Amino acid sequence: MKIYVSRDSAAKAFGADEVAEALQEEIVARGLRAEVIRTGSRGMVWLEPLVEIDAGRGRMAYGPVSAEEVPALLDGNIDSLGLTEEIPFFARQTRLTFARCGLTDPLSLADYEAHGGLAGLRRALELSAEAIVDEVKTSGLRGRGGAGFPTGIKWDTVRMAHADQKYIVCNADEGDSGTFADRMIMEGDPFTLIEGMVIAGLGTGATRGYVYTRSEYPDAIEVMEEAVQIARAAGVLGPDVLGSGRAFDMEIRMGAGAYVCGEETSLLNSLEGKRGVVRAKPPLPALEGFLGRPTVVNNVISLATVPVIFEKGAAFYAEFGLGRSKGTIPIQIAGNVAHGGLFETAFGMPLGTLVNDIGGGTASGRPVKAVQIGGPLGAYFGQEKFDTPFGYEDFDVQGGLIGHAGLVVFDDSADMMKMARFAMEFCAVESCGKCTPCRIGAVRGVETLDRIAAGDGAAVELLTDLCETMKDGSLCALGGFTPYPVLSALETFPEEFAGTREAAE
Amino acid sequence: MDPQPTAEEIREILGKHLHLEGPLLPILHDLQDTFGYLPQEAVPQIAGALNLSVAEVTGVISFYHDFRKAPAGRHVLKLCRAEACQSMGSDALADRVLSLLGVDWHGTTTDGRITVEPVYCLGLCACAPAAMLDGRVHGALTEAKATKILEALA
Ligand SMILES: Cc1cc2nc3c(=O)[nH]c(=O)nc-3n(C[C@H](O)[C@H](O)[C@H](O)COP(=O)(O)O)c2cc1C
Ligand code: SF4
Ligand code: FES
Repeated sequence: MKIYVSRDSAAKAFGADEVAEALQEEIVARGLRAEVIRTGSRGMVWLEPLVEIDAGRGRMAYGPVSAEEVPALLDGNIDSLGLTEEIPFFARQTRLTFARCGLTDPLSLADYEAHGGLAGLRRALELSAEAIVDEVKTSGLRGRGGAGFPTGIKWDTVRMAHADQKYIVCNADEGDSGTFADRMIMEGDPFTLIEGMVIAGLGTGATRGYVYTRSEYPDAIEVMEEAVQIARAAGVLGPDVLGSGRAFDMEIRMGAGAYVCGEETSLLNSLEGKRGVVRAKPPLPALEGFLGRPTVVNNVISLATVPVIFEKGAAFYAEFGLGRSKGTIPIQIAGNVAHGGLFETAFGMPLGTLVNDIGGGTASGRPVKAVQIGGPLGAYFGQEKFDTPFGYEDFDVQGGLIGHAGLVVFDDSADMMKMARFAMEFCAVESCGKCTPCRIGAVRGVETLDRIAAGDGAAVELLTDLCETMKDGSLCALGGFTPYPVLSALETFPEEFAGTREAAE
Repeated sequence: MDPQPTAEEIREILGKHLHLEGPLLPILHDLQDTFGYLPQEAVPQIAGALNLSVAEVTGVISFYHDFRKAPAGRHVLKLCRAEACQSMGSDALADRVLSLLGVDWHGTTTDGRITVEPVYCLGLCACAPAAMLDGRVHGALTEAKATKILEALA
């Protein structure tokens, strides 16, 4: 008998470590022939700690299971949710990037290979750099970090640049509220990120890589560091990748608590040991990036999707999706939602389906009021925009952005003026300080919202003007996009900004 | 508290990282991990080793929220204040935890036991409100759960 328990942070946050320990003790006490295997997460966070028991007829799911319930579970006194992969939330997904996450032991390279791992890299090793980049272009893969820039085109710029050293930098700073896909893949299937980075190295001529991740992710850092060592010992990394004579090696680096360091040029400064101030572009990081050398900066999910593209072929990947949003997107459903978690699907599913049908509405049971999509710089959408298909262009047309594909659901008790104020406050705290509209504007924004809250309806116009100034005069999207949540809250719920309310306590 | 770090100890930590490309952040993290804060005495030594000015090193330290100039309490509790946690009542929860401990954000209890820090997202947004206590994660936090966890601390 095999028993699977996730080691993902979200499972641990609900006591998965204690459950695994209790299982181990019971197995010994009862003299059972059973093995407890720690996996990544299946992404159904509301069911964590999820225990899967395979007694020969597939992985049966139980959850949430507490440590106290473990004896009853082993006695057969807890109802099963059925086969994990038949739970509707799971069955409705198209898992390409997350195919192995939750299924395998994240630190078993043998498990990884048995489930399709390294097939993509082996294929890439047979191709020229140009053919590798063409494959990525054909797949239609666009950056999953937020801007949606075509990954193949970025790689091509680095490929064609001349330099003695080029770099692959993985952006694992994942600071957006409502997002955790990067964390889940790093904790649940780290080799896929490593494999993607090696392929990026082969395609561009880069031999060194860095994963820059946040200090708020100690579990992910631990798994990544161990995975890099395992990959190195097995010859996946090092001077002779899988015996090909080609070199690629990488390191894990940790940020120090600065949201802006997720912006790629700020990240590069931070990686170099400088203040995380945003650099003006040009020069593009692809030409003058880390230490002034040509550098690919890609999000975790962009890179972690590369192996499956090479394993199954670019044409296979490009068949999924909608218009210019090709392939699949791991959508993170979070906040006040009944069924929160990670849902990977082809682009195109309407927002309302994701929130109400997949997510099951709010956790509180109250009506859904608004959803913030794409992190602290993303717009709030009310119910009237729930028909919007999940895609880059479709969200743009509706005055929003998909960002890193996190959805934060709010019920009808949400105070939208408070959320607008928070957006400005966050921008003020996290601004790198380079441009005045961002640094000073955000502070003014907080003050203006306080005036509106105190009853000064005329300040609404001031707020709108201020947002315009921030949009036009900011170097990066922190100052430039903070107006999205602010203005969308104002436009969708104008009555809450009417200036007639009593001053907030 | 721990004795003042010696120049020798600092040199040893520096030595572990000087071969890296971009060694400053790894050095600062290692120093803080070792001593619990960034000792002021280390700054000129870091600057010297990296060929930077003291002002440059100080500028880097002050840019990042993580680095502390003085030791924290014996335990550090990070409460998430970002949007997904707010949607599940993190503001009210934080208010109660802070008043329970009698501290404000960044404050340490008078017995030196617990420091409370704000954090903006722990990647636990589907199990909000979330918190991290000494590097260990907690989800769907309530006042009762928080009280229980905090009372168990030495
Ligand atoms: C303030 C700010 C924060 C950002 N944070 C992240 C982040 O945490 N992770 C990320 O991948 N991209 C982030 N980005 C986007 C990056 O600048 C960049 O577009 C991305 O890393 C490129 O990789 P991709 O093409 O694979 O998406 C951020 C941008 C801004 C302006
Ligand atoms: S918009 Fe803000 S964060 Fe971005 S570069 Fe300007 S000051 Fe820095
Ligand atoms: S918003 Fe609190 S953990 Fe993400």
